[in-house]
Amino acid sequence: MQIPYTVEPRPDTGLHNAKIGIWLFLASEVMLFGGLFSAYVLLRTGSIVWPEGSSILSVPIGTFNTMALIASSVTMVLSWAALKINNLSKFKMYMFLTYFLGLVFLIVKVVFEYLPKFEHHLYPSESTFLAIYFTLTGLHALHVLGGVIVNIYFWGPGSKMWETEPERFTNRVEVAGLYWHFVDLVWIFLFPVLYLL
Amino acid sequence: MDNIESIQKNIRNYIMVFGALAILTVITVGASYLQVGVVSAIVIAVIIATVKGSLVASIFMHLLSEKKFIYILLGVTALLFLVLMFVTLFTVNDQVGIHVS
Repeated sequence: MQIPYTVEPRPDTGLHNAKIGIWLFLASEVMLFGGLFSAYVLLRTGSIVWPEGSSILSVPIGTFNTMALIASSVTMVLSWAALKINNLSKFKMYMFLTYFLGLVFLIVKVVFEYLPKFEHHLYPSESTFLAIYFTLTGLHALHVLGGVIVNIYFWGPGSKMWETEPERFTNRVEVAGLYWHFVDLVWIFLFPVLYLL
Repeated sequence: MDNIESIQKNIRNYIMVFGALAILTVITVGASYLQVGVVSAIVIAVIIATVKGSLVASIFMHLLSEKKFIYILLGVTALLFLVLMFVTLFTVNDQVGIHVS
Protein backbone atom coordinates (compact mmCIF):
# COMPACT_ATOMS: atom_id res chain seq x y z
CA MET A 1 0.00 0.00 0.00
CA GLN A 2 1.27 3.43 -0.94
CA ILE A 3 1.63 5.90 1.92
CA PRO A 4 -0.30 9.03 0.91
CA TYR A 5 0.99 12.61 0.90
CA THR A 6 4.70 11.84 1.25
CA VAL A 7 5.55 14.36 -1.47
CA GLU A 8 2.42 16.19 -2.56
CA PRO A 9 0.76 18.37 0.10
CA ARG A 10 -2.57 17.41 1.63
CA PRO A 11 -5.29 19.68 0.25
CA ASP A 12 -6.63 20.60 3.72
CA THR A 13 -3.36 21.45 5.50
CA GLY A 14 -1.15 22.32 2.54
CA LEU A 15 1.59 20.15 4.08
CA HIS A 16 2.98 16.70 3.45
CA ASN A 17 2.25 14.20 6.23
CA ALA A 18 5.80 13.86 7.53
CA LYS A 19 5.95 17.57 8.25
CA ILE A 20 2.70 17.52 10.22
CA GLY A 21 3.98 14.45 12.05
CA ILE A 22 7.28 16.00 13.07
CA TRP A 23 5.67 19.26 14.25
CA LEU A 24 3.18 17.32 16.39
CA PHE A 25 6.09 15.35 17.82
CA LEU A 26 8.06 18.54 18.47
CA ALA A 27 5.00 20.03 20.21
CA SER A 28 5.05 17.05 22.59
CA GLU A 29 8.80 17.57 23.05
CA VAL A 30 8.20 21.22 24.03
CA MET A 31 5.91 19.95 26.78
CA LEU A 32 8.45 17.33 27.90
CA PHE A 33 11.31 19.80 28.24
CA GLY A 34 8.88 22.50 29.41
CA GLY A 35 7.85 20.29 32.33
CA LEU A 36 11.48 19.81 33.31
CA PHE A 37 12.25 23.54 32.96
CA SER A 38 9.24 24.19 35.16
CA ALA A 39 10.64 21.70 37.70
CA TYR A 40 13.97 23.56 37.55
CA VAL A 41 12.26 26.90 38.30
CA LEU A 42 10.32 25.35 41.19
CA LEU A 43 13.41 23.69 42.67
CA ARG A 44 15.53 26.80 42.30
CA THR A 45 13.00 29.28 43.70
CA GLY A 46 12.14 26.86 46.50
CA SER A 47 15.68 26.31 47.71
CA ILE A 48 17.41 28.44 50.30
CA VAL A 49 20.80 28.28 48.56
CA TRP A 50 21.53 27.50 44.92
CA PRO A 51 25.06 27.12 43.55
CA GLU A 52 26.29 29.26 40.69
CA GLY A 53 26.49 26.92 37.69
CA SER A 54 30.01 28.05 36.81
CA SER A 55 31.27 26.95 40.25
CA ILE A 56 30.42 23.31 39.44
CA LEU A 57 30.38 23.16 35.62
CA SER A 58 33.01 24.19 33.10
CA VAL A 59 31.88 27.26 31.13
CA PRO A 60 34.59 26.87 28.41
CA ILE A 61 33.50 23.25 27.75
CA GLY A 62 29.84 24.28 27.72
CA THR A 63 30.64 27.14 25.31
CA PHE A 64 32.59 24.78 23.04
CA ASN A 65 29.67 22.35 22.93
CA THR A 66 27.23 25.20 22.25
CA MET A 67 29.34 26.25 19.27
CA ALA A 68 29.50 22.62 18.06
CA LEU A 69 25.70 22.27 18.15
CA ILE A 70 25.12 25.64 16.47
CA ALA A 71 27.60 24.69 13.73
CA SER A 72 25.86 21.33 13.29
CA SER A 73 22.53 23.12 12.94
CA VAL A 74 23.85 25.24 10.07
CA THR A 75 25.44 22.22 8.32
CA MET A 76 22.12 20.40 8.69
CA VAL A 77 20.16 23.14 6.93
CA LEU A 78 22.92 23.37 4.30
CA SER A 79 22.61 19.62 3.64
CA TRP A 80 18.89 20.10 2.95
CA ALA A 81 19.64 23.12 0.73
CA ALA A 82 22.18 20.99 -1.21
CA LEU A 83 19.42 18.50 -2.04
CA LYS A 84 17.17 21.35 -3.13
CA ILE A 85 19.79 22.30 -5.73
CA ASN A 86 20.26 18.63 -6.73
CA ASN A 87 23.76 18.27 -5.32
CA LEU A 88 24.01 14.90 -3.56
CA SER A 89 27.76 15.04 -2.93
CA LYS A 90 27.41 18.37 -1.09
CA PHE A 91 24.51 16.91 0.87
CA LYS A 92 26.75 14.01 1.94
CA MET A 93 29.53 16.38 3.00
CA TYR A 94 27.24 18.62 5.08
CA MET A 95 25.39 15.65 6.58
CA PHE A 96 28.71 14.07 7.55
CA LEU A 97 29.71 17.32 9.28
CA THR A 98 26.33 17.42 11.05
CA TYR A 99 26.56 14.01 12.66
CA PHE A 100 30.31 14.41 13.26
CA LEU A 101 29.65 17.61 15.25
CA GLY A 102 26.82 15.81 17.07
CA LEU A 103 29.26 13.04 18.02
CA VAL A 104 31.82 15.66 19.14
CA PHE A 105 29.13 17.15 21.40
CA LEU A 106 28.35 13.75 22.94
CA ILE A 107 32.00 12.74 23.41
CA VAL A 108 32.85 16.07 25.06
CA LYS A 109 29.75 15.78 27.26
CA VAL A 110 30.58 12.28 28.46
CA VAL A 111 34.41 12.33 28.57
CA PHE A 112 35.04 15.89 29.77
CA GLU A 113 31.91 16.56 31.81
CA TYR A 114 30.08 13.48 33.11
CA LEU A 115 33.05 11.18 33.82
CA PRO A 116 35.12 13.77 35.76
CA LYS A 117 31.99 14.54 37.82
CA PHE A 118 31.57 10.85 38.66
CA GLU A 119 35.28 10.58 39.52
CA HIS A 120 34.72 13.34 42.07
CA HIS A 121 31.64 11.49 43.35
CA LEU A 122 29.35 14.20 42.01
CA TYR A 123 26.28 12.09 41.24
CA PRO A 124 22.67 13.21 40.71
CA SER A 125 21.98 12.17 44.32
CA GLU A 126 24.61 14.63 45.60
CA SER A 127 22.48 17.79 45.35
CA THR A 128 19.28 19.18 43.84
CA PHE A 129 21.36 21.17 41.35
CA LEU A 130 23.18 18.06 40.12
CA ALA A 131 19.93 16.08 40.01
CA ILE A 132 18.25 18.57 37.66
CA TYR A 133 21.54 19.10 35.74
CA PHE A 134 21.94 15.39 34.96
CA THR A 135 18.22 14.98 34.21
CA LEU A 136 18.06 17.89 31.76
CA THR A 137 21.43 17.34 30.05
CA GLY A 138 21.04 13.54 30.07
CA LEU A 139 17.66 13.73 28.36
CA HIS A 140 19.06 16.25 25.90
CA ALA A 141 22.10 14.04 25.19
CA LEU A 142 19.75 11.11 24.44
CA HIS A 143 17.99 13.35 21.93
CA VAL A 144 21.34 14.24 20.33
CA LEU A 145 22.19 10.53 20.13
CA GLY A 146 18.85 9.79 18.45
CA GLY A 147 19.42 12.59 15.94
CA VAL A 148 22.95 11.36 15.19
CA ILE A 149 21.65 7.84 14.45
CA VAL A 150 18.95 9.19 12.11
CA ASN A 151 21.45 11.51 10.37
CA ILE A 152 23.96 8.67 9.88
CA TYR A 153 21.16 6.62 8.31
CA PHE A 154 20.27 9.40 5.85
CA TRP A 155 23.96 9.97 5.08
CA GLY A 156 24.48 6.24 4.44
CA PRO A 157 21.89 3.61 3.41
CA GLY A 158 18.93 6.00 3.57
CA SER A 159 20.37 8.16 0.79
CA LYS A 160 19.60 5.42 -1.76
CA MET A 161 16.09 6.86 -1.92
CA TRP A 162 17.58 9.89 -3.72
CA GLU A 163 17.93 7.74 -6.88
CA THR A 164 14.29 6.68 -6.98
CA GLU A 165 12.31 9.34 -5.06
CA PRO A 166 14.43 12.50 -4.72
CA GLU A 167 11.63 14.78 -3.48
CA ARG A 168 10.54 12.31 -0.83
CA PHE A 169 14.14 11.95 0.33
CA THR A 170 14.49 15.76 0.48
CA ASN A 171 11.34 15.92 2.63
CA ARG A 172 12.77 13.26 4.95
CA VAL A 173 15.96 15.27 5.39
CA GLU A 174 13.91 18.41 6.06
CA VAL A 175 11.97 16.59 8.77
CA ALA A 176 15.19 15.22 10.33
CA GLY A 177 16.51 18.79 10.18
CA LEU A 178 13.51 20.20 12.06
CA TYR A 179 14.18 17.69 14.84
CA TRP A 180 17.89 18.53 14.88
CA HIS A 181 17.25 22.28 15.06
CA PHE A 182 14.85 21.67 17.95
CA VAL A 183 17.60 19.80 19.81
CA ASP A 184 19.88 22.80 19.19
CA LEU A 185 17.12 25.14 20.36
CA VAL A 186 16.75 23.28 23.67
CA TRP A 187 20.51 23.51 24.28
CA ILE A 188 20.45 27.27 23.57
CA PHE A 189 18.27 27.61 26.69
CA LEU A 190 19.91 24.85 28.75
CA PHE A 191 23.41 26.31 28.46
CA PRO A 192 22.82 29.70 30.15
CA VAL A 193 20.31 28.31 32.63
CA LEU A 194 22.62 25.57 33.94
CA TYR A 195 26.13 26.91 33.30
CA LEU A 196 25.91 30.67 33.66
CA LEU A 197 23.18 31.56 36.16
CA MET B 1 11.14 22.46 -5.88
CA ASP B 2 12.16 26.01 -5.04
CA ASN B 3 14.25 27.72 -7.66
CA ILE B 4 18.01 27.53 -7.34
CA GLU B 5 18.48 31.31 -6.99
CA SER B 6 16.21 31.56 -3.94
CA ILE B 7 17.94 28.57 -2.33
CA GLN B 8 21.34 30.16 -2.87
CA LYS B 9 20.06 33.38 -1.30
CA ASN B 10 18.83 31.31 1.64
CA ILE B 11 22.27 29.69 1.98
CA ARG B 12 23.81 33.15 2.46
CA ASN B 13 21.19 33.83 5.16
CA TYR B 14 22.01 30.55 6.90
CA ILE B 15 25.71 31.47 7.07
CA MET B 16 24.85 34.95 8.42
CA VAL B 17 22.56 33.46 11.07
CA PHE B 18 25.36 31.09 12.09
CA GLY B 19 27.65 34.10 12.56
CA ALA B 20 24.98 35.89 14.61
CA LEU B 21 24.43 32.81 16.81
CA ALA B 22 28.18 32.45 17.44
CA ILE B 23 28.49 36.14 18.39
CA LEU B 24 25.43 35.95 20.65
CA THR B 25 26.91 32.88 22.39
CA VAL B 26 30.09 34.87 23.14
CA ILE B 27 27.94 37.78 24.38
CA THR B 28 25.96 35.37 26.63
CA VAL B 29 29.17 34.11 28.23
CA GLY B 30 30.61 37.66 28.51
CA ALA B 31 27.40 38.99 30.08
CA SER B 32 27.56 36.29 32.77
CA TYR B 33 30.75 37.92 34.11
CA LEU B 34 29.00 41.29 34.60
CA GLN B 35 28.55 42.22 38.23
CA VAL B 36 24.76 42.42 38.22
CA GLY B 37 22.10 40.98 40.49
CA VAL B 38 20.65 37.49 39.99
CA VAL B 39 17.38 38.80 38.55
CA SER B 40 19.19 41.06 36.03
CA ALA B 41 21.51 38.18 35.05
CA ILE B 42 18.51 35.89 34.46
CA VAL B 43 16.69 38.54 32.40
CA ILE B 44 19.81 39.21 30.24
CA ALA B 45 20.48 35.48 29.68
CA VAL B 46 16.84 34.70 28.84
CA ILE B 47 16.59 37.65 26.41
CA ILE B 48 19.75 36.59 24.53
CA ALA B 49 18.65 32.93 24.49
CA THR B 50 15.23 33.98 23.17
CA VAL B 51 16.84 36.00 20.34
CA LYS B 52 19.05 33.01 19.46
CA GLY B 53 16.11 30.61 19.64
CA SER B 54 14.01 32.90 17.44
CA LEU B 55 16.77 32.95 14.81
CA VAL B 56 16.97 29.15 14.76
CA ALA B 57 13.18 28.75 14.64
CA SER B 58 12.49 31.42 12.04
CA ILE B 59 15.44 30.86 9.66
CA PHE B 60 16.69 27.28 10.10
CA MET B 61 13.22 25.81 10.81
CA HIS B 62 11.61 28.07 8.19
CA LEU B 63 8.91 29.32 10.55
CA LEU B 64 8.98 32.72 8.85
CA SER B 65 7.05 31.23 5.94
CA GLU B 66 5.07 28.25 7.15
CA LYS B 67 1.54 27.06 6.61
CA LYS B 68 -1.30 28.21 8.86
CA PHE B 69 -1.74 24.72 10.35
CA ILE B 70 1.78 24.83 11.84
CA TYR B 71 1.19 28.30 13.34
CA ILE B 72 -2.06 27.14 14.99
CA LEU B 73 -0.34 24.03 16.34
CA LEU B 74 2.58 26.07 17.72
CA GLY B 75 0.21 28.70 19.16
CA VAL B 76 -1.59 26.03 21.22
CA THR B 77 1.79 24.56 22.23
CA ALA B 78 3.10 27.97 23.33
CA LEU B 79 -0.03 28.55 25.42
CA LEU B 80 0.27 25.17 27.15
CA PHE B 81 4.00 25.75 27.65
CA LEU B 82 3.28 29.03 29.43
CA VAL B 83 0.70 27.29 31.65
CA LEU B 84 3.35 24.69 32.47
CA MET B 85 5.90 27.35 33.35
CA PHE B 86 3.60 29.49 35.47
CA VAL B 87 1.63 26.73 37.18
CA THR B 88 4.43 26.57 39.73
CA LEU B 89 3.45 30.08 40.86
CA PHE B 90 0.53 28.47 42.66
CA THR B 91 3.04 27.01 45.10
CA VAL B 92 3.42 30.55 46.47
CA ASN B 93 0.03 29.97 48.07
CA ASP B 94 1.49 27.00 49.93
CA GLN B 95 3.26 29.46 52.17
CA VAL B 96 0.11 31.34 53.08
CA GLY B 97 -0.81 30.48 56.61
CA ILE B 98 2.65 29.34 57.61
CA HIS B 99 3.63 31.14 60.78
CA VAL B 100 7.23 31.28 61.81
CA SER B 101 7.46 31.64 65.55
